[in-house]
Amino acid sequence: MNELIVILVSAFLLFAITLWKRKSPANLREIPALTRLYRTLGLSIEDGTRLHVSLGNGSLLDARGGSALAGLALLRHIAERTSVSDKPSVASAGDPTLGLLTQDTLQAGYQAAGVQELYVPTSGRVTGLSPFGYAAGAMSILQNENISANIIIGHFGPEAGLLIEASDRENMVLIGASDELSGQAVLFANTQDALIGEELFAAGAYLGAGASHIASLTLQDILRWFLILALLGGAAAKLIGVI
Amino acid sequence: MRVFTAVIAIAAGTLVLGGYFLPALAPVQTLLLNWATILAGVAVLVGIFNLVSVHSDKIRRHEKGNAYSALLLMALIVTFLFAMILRPDHIIMKIALSGIIIPVEAALMGLLTISLLYAAIRLLRRRAELMSIVFLITAALLILGSATLPFGNIPVIGTFIRPWITQVLALGGARGILIGVALGALTTGLRVLFGADRPYGGN
Repeated sequence: MNELIVILVSAFLLFAITLWKRKSPANLREIPALTRLYRTLGLSIEDGTRLHVSLGNGSLLDARGGSALAGLALLRHIAERTSVSDKPSVASAGDPTLGLLTQDTLQAGYQAAGVQELYVPTSGRVTGLSPFGYAAGAMSILQNENISANIIIGHFGPEAGLLIEASDRENMVLIGASDELSGQAVLFANTQDALIGEELFAAGAYLGAGASHIASLTLQDILRWFLILALLGGAAAKLIGVI
Repeated sequence: MRVFTAVIAIAAGTLVLGGYFLPALAPVQTLLLNWATILAGVAVLVGIFNLVSVHSDKIRRHEKGNAYSALLLMALIVTFLFAMILRPDHIIMKIALSGIIIPVEAALMGLLTISLLYAAIRLLRRRAELMSIVFLITAALLILGSATLPFGNIPVIGTFIRPWITQVLALGGARGILIGVALGALTTGLRVLFGADRPYGGN
C-alpha cells in the first residue's frame, strides 16, 4: 500500500505543479548537452541536413519503458520542429512496439506542424531486434543518409559505443543519454557532454515541450529531497539504535 | 478520435496499475497484459514489414549501401522460408543461429572493445577535466585489480582498492543514479497516465 500512496501523492503533486507552472516561468539550470541539442535542431534545419534519433531497445512492457517514453516525448518535439526541413528527421528503434509508437509519434509531430502530407512512414524504423542487431542497423542510417546529428536517448547498453564510433567517423554532433549504467559509462567516455541519470528525462522540459515536463522536474526534485531525508534519518536512527 | 484513444489508453493504464494494489482488478489486469503481449507479438511482424519496406525502397532508388539492403532481404527471405518449412527448432535453424547470428554479435562485441579502448585513450583530448582523469585512473585500477596474473592478485590494488571501489564507491554512485532514473521514469509514466504525453496518436 505504501507504493500506492507514493503514486497517488506524486500524481496529485504533478497535477498541482503543472497548473502552477502554466502561470509562472520555469527557471532551469543549464545542462550543456541540452543547450547543444537545442542549437543543433535549428542548425540542421538551416543546413538542410537530417537528424537521427536513436531510441534504443527499451521495451514498453517492462521497467525500461520509462526511458523509451522519455525518448518518444523528445522525438515528438523534434519531429514538429524539423518536419518542414528539406531532410526531415529519422528515428530508429530496436523494439517492435517502440517502433510502432515511433511512427505514430513522428506522424503526430507532422500533424502538429500542419504538414501531415510530408510525413513518410519509413522515417520511423525498426533496425534490429537484439541490442547489437539494432546498433548495426542504425549505423547504416548514420553512414548513408546525410545525417548531421545523432541523438541517442533511451535504453542502451555498451552497444551505444558502436553508434558513437559511427557518428564520430561521419563528424556528427552527438548527444547521448541512457537509463542503463553501462550505457551511461560508455556515453560519458565517448561524448563531449553526456546526460547522466535522470537528465535523460529532462530533455522535454529544456526543449519547451510544456508545463507538464517542467512540473515533472520539480516533482523529481521534491521526491529526491524526501528520499535524501529518509536515507539520512534512517542512517541516524540506526546509529543511535532506534531501528 | 484523439480523445477516444486517450480515454482508452488512460483507462487501460489505470486498470493495470490498479491491479497491483486492488485484488478485485487483478483479473482485468491479467487480461489487459495478455492482450498487450499478443499485440507485442503482432508488432514484431509489423516491424519486419517496416524493415522490408525501408530496404526495398533503398534498392529501388539505388541509394548508397543498397547492396547490403539486398543481402539483408535475401537473408531474411531465405531464413523465413527455411524456418517455415523446417520449423524453428530444426537442427539447421539452430546451426543458423549458433553459426551466424551469435558469432556476428560476438564480433561486434570484439569491435566494441577496441573502440572503447580507443575512446578511453582519446578521453583526455576530448575533455580535459578532473572527472575524466578520475574516470581513467579508476578504470586503470579496476583493470589492474581484476587481471589474472601467474602470482595471483596484485597486493593492495587487487585485494583492497578494487573491492572498495566496486563495493562502496561504485555501488553507492550506481544506486544514486538508479534512484534518479526511477524517479524520472515514475514522473514520465504519470504524464502518460494523465494523457499529458500521448505517444499513441495525436498530440
